[in-house]
Amino acid sequence: MSTTTVEPRTETTAAPEAPARKPIEHLSVICSKGSLDMAYPGLILANAARMTGIDATLFFTFWGLDVVTESKIDHLHVPTVGNPAMHMPTMLGGLPGMETLASTMMKKEMEKLDIPPVREMIEILSDSGAKLYACRMAMDMFKRTEKDLVPQVDGVLNAMDFFDVSAGAQVLFI
Amino acid sequence: MTVQELNLQLNDEGFLVDGDQWSPEAAEALAEAEGISLNDKHWNVITFCREDAAQQGTPPGLRRISKLSGVNMKELYQLFPKGPGKLAAKISGLPKPQGCI
Repeated sequence: MSTTTVEPRTETTAAPEAPARKPIEHLSVICSKGSLDMAYPGLILANAARMTGIDATLFFTFWGLDVVTESKIDHLHVPTVGNPAMHMPTMLGGLPGMETLASTMMKKEMEKLDIPPVREMIEILSDSGAKLYACRMAMDMFKRTEKDLVPQVDGVLNAMDFFDVSAGAQVLFI
Repeated sequence: MTVQELNLQLNDEGFLVDGDQWSPEAAEALAEAEGISLNDKHWNVITFCREDAAQQGTPPGLRRISKLSGVNMKELYQLFPKGPGKLAAKISGLPKPQGCI
């Protein structure tokens, strides 16, 4: 009777040295959407960056401007029409009250996960030292002035200024 | 006492492998390794984190700490400039928090 022993596999060649990965030091997020479901990803990512010691800059442009507009911030909606993730026929999504229903449901689910409302997210970000900027062109387009914005906004910038405040950053467009 | 002198076993991210190794001296050593010298406010946070984790079975996220510990969000960032999300738990001898907030 013969027994076979399985030799433990030994590495004959050392694994090639992985190139050193530079940690991210600054995250700059362009928030271009004003719906409830698209407002959160940028805010949560920027906040997560701050929580782990990474600088964060947020630039609110086009419909993203609603996220920092005093009269809109508490009334962002989940779109039910043309949103493939809703899993409902588009025609149903267009019925009166559907958007309110979907938005209420999403807010409830977020609360269950202990994710704060958008206004509180903006306050947390500001307290964390993240910088929040509104887009000059979007302000002009939607006829808004600085008085229309929440107090946490640090300033109104044009696209070129955006690159100045994003020095050294990884830029993320949402 | 340093992390080495206390023979603390840390994982890749610098968290205690065995929570039972934690002691106030260990907290001082873990903080020093992050360039922090602990004051009373830090201790408020650490005490809250340890008590809350013991009750909840999971380390508190930053929003929870800011709401319940008596140390607000701005202060948390001053106390742990390199990122309170991880550091509060790390110095408290707890695992890395799983939540995003």
